[in-house]
Amino acid sequence: MSETALKKVTEYTPEEVEKVSNWINTEDYKEKNFAREALVINPAHACQPLGAQMVATSFEGSLPFVHGSQGCASYFRSTFSRHYREPAAATCDAMTEDGAVFGGQNNLFEGLENAYTLYKPKMMPVYTTCMPEVIGDDLTAFIKNAKQKGHIPEDLPVPYANTPSFNGTHIHGYDAMLKSILAYLTKGQKIEGKCTGKLNLIPGFDGNVGNIREYKRILDLFEIPYTVLADSSDVFDSGCDGHYELYSGGTKLEDAAESINGKATISMQKFSSVTTMKWIDENFSGVNEVMPMPFGVAKTDAFILKLSELFDKPVPEALKKERALAVDAMTDAHQYLHGKKFAVYGDPDYVIGIISFLLEMGARPWHVVISRGTKKVKKEIEAVLETSMYGEGCTVHVNKDLWHMRSLLMTDPVEGMIGDTHGKFAARDAKIPLFRIGFPIIDRVNLHRNPVVGYQGAITMLTMIANKFLDIKDETCEDQWFEMMR
Amino acid sequence: MAERKPIEGITKERTEKLIEETLACMPEKAQKKRAPHLGPNDPSSSVCAVKSNRKVVPGVMSQRGCAYAGAKGVVWGPIRDMVHVSHGPVGCGVYSWGTRRNLMQGINGVTSFALDFTSDFQERDIVYGGDAKLEKLLDEANELFPLAKGFSVLSECPVGLIGDDINAVTKKKEAEYDKLVVPCNCEGFRGVSQSLGHHISNDSIRDHIIGRYEFAEEAGPYDVALIGDYNIGGDVWAAKPILEEIGLNVKSVWTGDGEVEKIAATHTVKLNLIHCYRSMNYMCKVMEEKWGIPWLEYNFFGPTKIEESLRAIGELFDDTIKANVEKVIAKYKPIMQAVLDEYKPRLEGKTAMLFVGGLRHRHTVGAYEDLGIEITGSGYEFAHQDDYDRTQPEMAKDTIIYDDVSEFELEKFVEEFKPDLIGSGIKEKYVFQKSGIPFRQMHSWDYSGPYHGYEGFEVFARDIDMAINSPTWKLVKSPF
Ligand code: SF4
Ligand code: SF4
Repeated sequence: MSETALKKVTEYTPEEVEKVSNWINTEDYKEKNFAREALVINPAHACQPLGAQMVATSFEGSLPFVHGSQGCASYFRSTFSRHYREPAAATCDAMTEDGAVFGGQNNLFEGLENAYTLYKPKMMPVYTTCMPEVIGDDLTAFIKNAKQKGHIPEDLPVPYANTPSFNGTHIHGYDAMLKSILAYLTKGQKIEGKCTGKLNLIPGFDGNVGNIREYKRILDLFEIPYTVLADSSDVFDSGCDGHYELYSGGTKLEDAAESINGKATISMQKFSSVTTMKWIDENFSGVNEVMPMPFGVAKTDAFILKLSELFDKPVPEALKKERALAVDAMTDAHQYLHGKKFAVYGDPDYVIGIISFLLEMGARPWHVVISRGTKKVKKEIEAVLETSMYGEGCTVHVNKDLWHMRSLLMTDPVEGMIGDTHGKFAARDAKIPLFRIGFPIIDRVNLHRNPVVGYQGAITMLTMIANKFLDIKDETCEDQWFEMMR
Repeated sequence: MAERKPIEGITKERTEKLIEETLACMPEKAQKKRAPHLGPNDPSSSVCAVKSNRKVVPGVMSQRGCAYAGAKGVVWGPIRDMVHVSHGPVGCGVYSWGTRRNLMQGINGVTSFALDFTSDFQERDIVYGGDAKLEKLLDEANELFPLAKGFSVLSECPVGLIGDDINAVTKKKEAEYDKLVVPCNCEGFRGVSQSLGHHISNDSIRDHIIGRYEFAEEAGPYDVALIGDYNIGGDVWAAKPILEEIGLNVKSVWTGDGEVEKIAATHTVKLNLIHCYRSMNYMCKVMEEKWGIPWLEYNFFGPTKIEESLRAIGELFDDTIKANVEKVIAKYKPIMQAVLDEYKPRLEGKTAMLFVGGLRHRHTVGAYEDLGIEITGSGYEFAHQDDYDRTQPEMAKDTIIYDDVSEFELEKFVEEFKPDLIGSGIKEKYVFQKSGIPFRQMHSWDYSGPYHGYEGFEVFARDIDMAINSPTWKLVKSPF
């Protein structure tokens, strides 16, 4: 652009606008869109430290501590508060320009001391933003020094995880932080031959507190003693009684310490617990299992059978009845979902679960998008699709974002979309409903409280989806097709 | 301006004692650092004693964000016809996507771009640098969004640490595309808050945007620009019509629902009207120095301040405009009176405490007072001395002023003053609601709005009444 002549402010003509509006819905545009190599548009994933914070906050009396830039810390807190409509305490050592030059040790010292004095936590898990990761801060040494110099007591648990955002996503931050906290708390706690008889249950990165409560309810029905490792349910869902508790809920530190002597450990999410489960395999006494998230009947069956097998207990009558009720609901309402095509996106473990449920209903998960993932993720999802004739013709797109998704929706339409709030723009353009299952949900209330796992979760999803389709029919059909029954 | 009458029960001793007791809970070093940021208000002094715009004290749980947030979220994001690239890893862009409520017109993805564009840095970009990726992604964006009027590149933390030169890339691409391609070095570790991000963005506008376009139509005597209204919840759409009603010609808006070419042509207007002084005063001063454009701070919150502001604006124009101002004021007076008649009886005598960004306290005090609500405490997340100096006279004597307040401090202050309402942000909201205290988010208007202008006051009054008088609060105390 030349420096001298001033350009005139211009408006596009309606024709120009219409031309491009149409073009972005075409095959030609889709091809160009899918040829993108550098630009990411509307990703459906977040950064590592967000996942780390989810774990760090889910232990009793635990205050998450962000080592790095204050802006990131504010973003994480806001994100959780918007999703859960709950407080999300976390503190930060607020590194600035001089920290970039000299490293963040002094910030960490001061930050730990202030946070400890003001908020009296029982534990302060530390995790990092991009900045200290780029400059290479040595957290092992920093934390040791902080204790030696008396900034915090020697015996205060300060586990830490490196969570570089340029490597992996929020689910990897979750994994790294969980492993670090467990390694810290269980150190020296293993007693040969001792078994607490308890199950350790790892929910994984799950923004639905109802899911975690549903796991607990199922375990209670079985009368299996358990510890949920990183239990966010009461942390991110506390009552309003006129009194704010900074630390509400969370896994008890003693229970976490004892988890190493448990009878069994089950992870409910494979991809967000890879390193944690590997470490547990090497260190815990009990049996370890990774289960798919129990979305739909078959995957819930698998979970229930696994519990029955591991703890040698019969399936409780109440659960048998629940299963029958779920199947009853699904057979009654199958016609509203059968053959319907869906677009599904989100974290791999969630997506696999949602797909299984859809296939059970005879619905077709037509476009599946994982915005950051490996070949392994892709293969695993494809394997699920291959289990059913309704998976035929469905495609899995890994490392594609929600702008790619938009092209898919416009060139090869589907009837509904399932994922977190971020898909609402694509859904609107495609004029299809978005069923909000995932994280974050920042535009609807209470969805994070209703479980979508287990037999009850299947009924919840079915109700939400089928009734929405019926609403649409009632709202949009011509008068002569408007009728009493549906 | 007449000093406000003291608020019953609020004394210097009480406020000072509260501050002292709060500080006493901190380690010595933190006490020393925090003490200058807290104090009782003294409306008689022209310089506010409370210090501001200093580094966050590590570990205390400040509510502040970063320079990137100030740049992307505040200044750039609302410009609707540009593609704004969050350059670096994925997080920053995702968290700031759609979370400020700067509404915009246009067709999303065609003529307006409320999307999250990012380079989603991977390890190799950190090791080998991200400039090549930036070039490529700009090419891709230029192809896929042909009607974009320009591009901004907003650096996140890592970019400034690995020695990338985004300025060289944007320069090259600007020449290639014959469109604005603007660099903004707003890495989050720069400065002490969002505020430096505003400043850096203003500098980018100065260096790369302003003065490069001109309006197609002839300049007129009533040409003005609206500066520092970000169209939160539709604020611009409530403010602009009033200015047009008094006969002014709003040529551009910075930056709510903004268009970049019009922003680039703003050096031709006759007057800049600035709402958010904190985030945009820099460019007003630049336009004043370079093109001799005067600027005026105005306030469109609540009928009292709207009237004051309209008259002040009228003063700068001829009798036609002045007469229009009176006509507009007279037209809205009964409408505003009806609003007050409905809500004021339920709100009179209530108190509120505020903590927001860099402007809204001093601007909204008048609106609360119109409703009969008194402000007992107030502070800013990222304001400077000049903001506090402008705030002092708006507050009653010995009310508490807190700069960059931590969660710990704010809880203590609220516990002592027991306000009927708190106006602050998402991070504070649920803390206080759990305690049974009504709360409105004052950054996002709590998903409501607009709050600017006459139209906005009706919404504001309704929302404040709804917050304070919702029957749900009566259920908080359990009978067992
Ligand atoms: S991507 Fe990096 S700089 Fe951005 S929010 Fe995440 S940790 Fe912070
Ligand atoms: S009104 Fe407040 S939050 Fe908004 S831009 Fe101005 S200072 Fe920032």
